[in-house]
Amino acid sequence: MMRDRRSALARGLERAIEALVYVCGFSAILFNLAIFAFIASEGLGFLVTHFVDMWTSIDWSPTVEPHPVFGIGALVVGTVWVVGLSLAVSVPIGILAAIYLAEFASPSVREVAKVVIELLAAIPSVVWGFIGVMLVNPLLQWMGAPVGLNGLNGALLLGLMTLPLLVSLGEDALRNVPDSYRQAALAMGATRWEMVRYVLVPAARRGLLVAVLLGVGRCVGETMAVLMATGHSVRIPIHPYDPIRTLTATIAAELGEAVRGGEHYQALFALGLLLFGITFAVNLIADVTLRGEKVGGA
Amino acid sequence: MNAVDVRELSLWYGTFQALDRVSMSVKLGEIVALIGPSGCGKSTLLRCMNRMNDMPGVRITGGLDVGGYNALSPQTDVLQLRRDVGMVFQRPNPLPMSVRENVLFGLKLHAPATSAADREVALESALREVALWDQVKDALDRPGEHLSLEGRQKLCIARLLPLKPRVLLMDEPCSALDPEGIAAVEELMARLRGRYTLVVVTHNMQQARRVSDTSMFLYMGEMVEIAPTADLFTSPRDERTSRYVEGRFG
Repeated sequence: MMRDRRSALARGLERAIEALVYVCGFSAILFNLAIFAFIASEGLGFLVTHFVDMWTSIDWSPTVEPHPVFGIGALVVGTVWVVGLSLAVSVPIGILAAIYLAEFASPSVREVAKVVIELLAAIPSVVWGFIGVMLVNPLLQWMGAPVGLNGLNGALLLGLMTLPLLVSLGEDALRNVPDSYRQAALAMGATRWEMVRYVLVPAARRGLLVAVLLGVGRCVGETMAVLMATGHSVRIPIHPYDPIRTLTATIAAELGEAVRGGEHYQALFALGLLLFGITFAVNLIADVTLRGEKVGGA
Repeated sequence: MNAVDVRELSLWYGTFQALDRVSMSVKLGEIVALIGPSGCGKSTLLRCMNRMNDMPGVRITGGLDVGGYNALSPQTDVLQLRRDVGMVFQRPNPLPMSVRENVLFGLKLHAPATSAADREVALESALREVALWDQVKDALDRPGEHLSLEGRQKLCIARLLPLKPRVLLMDEPCSALDPEGIAAVEELMARLRGRYTLVVVTHNMQQARRVSDTSMFLYMGEMVEIAPTADLFTSPRDERTSRYVEGRFG
């Protein structure tokens, strides 16, 4: 028999590799839990005891003595604001680009375009920050913004950063639509565009929604570029040109100065926990949406 | 005037010749079956009739008139041709929308100004014509894909009718169905006889016998024989036809 020809050593090695693969597989879950436990251990207490204060104030003044204020209202609004603005930029462009690549581009154009778009994803976040400060900043000032480092600047950067994700996931979603739908619509005399609009996009809507949701998750958690480009001013924005500050930027900017174990330090971990919760929820929704498609799809 | 006129039609996929100087015609209101073994070119011929072969690498020569259109001319409005020459596919492919939207999709494309009342009339008469109305009249807003296979195929036929097509092309419309479904769709074809012109590709010789007025036997891209169905099956003139209809090959 085959098995007997293998030495005990080889079989031992086989088992060791199997165990290693097993451990690596589970490590992802372990790391996730460990990170959550770490953040929660530092921040959960603060989040619970200051829950009402945090949510009912828009004043984030963690270093004012003797009574620091930890209102996160403006930070949450700032985060939602910049994410919302960025989606207003990236979703239409991303979905239209995905439609173009999936349905209209020739195979050679598609290959080149995909490589270039995915290259966008490889640009480090801090480099996007540079672009925000050195290019978008003067551009917005030239367009009439009082301050070039503002919510719109950060949103444009985030939009460009999430574009690759939207385009490649969106394109996958569209290409997964069965050809029989395309044939049905074309054979009835639909134009390519009518087919896309009436048939493909509705058929791929779950996949497109997942792309948008993952884009949201990416934007919410993005730190460096928004820290550099949004002006870092704690306030409720009413105009795209208003500077803002996000949850992530607050943590990144202040953690180095906060006294370890102190109230400020804990408050920043509470923000981290909140972010963790938001991105976890968004990813979970995306996952459930995708599962729904697999179960419900024809 | 004939509903379909094919004159010396040849088609190449790259260097492979799929049709070789095929000529035939279909009279208005007639049901014609295209029969022949796999790869003989019958689906290719059918797909030419509403320009579903428009793709790079395909070369066509000869003449082809369908429903009053020159189906080969680059000047022909392909969208109008397809409006008037509907196609039913092998696997039922309702669009991912409700039964109502499926049936009214053609009007949405080609007659968007149709009034709501006229749309309802078109919806009911199309579904009645395919004998689906009683089954779906209370579930018009449910997805078309939730119907049985047979129901889905009937829906795919129904969605062509509001456009008052001149010719209906059917590419093995029953091959995905169970025997009951086949019987139901064949019955439906019989109901459409006389009012619509049907060109049906089928693998199933019994089906060709049951539903068609005229049958055409294609073999290796060549039209071997076309004759009234009863004659083709009982007294074929060509040796290859007789061997095929006797089931000796194919």
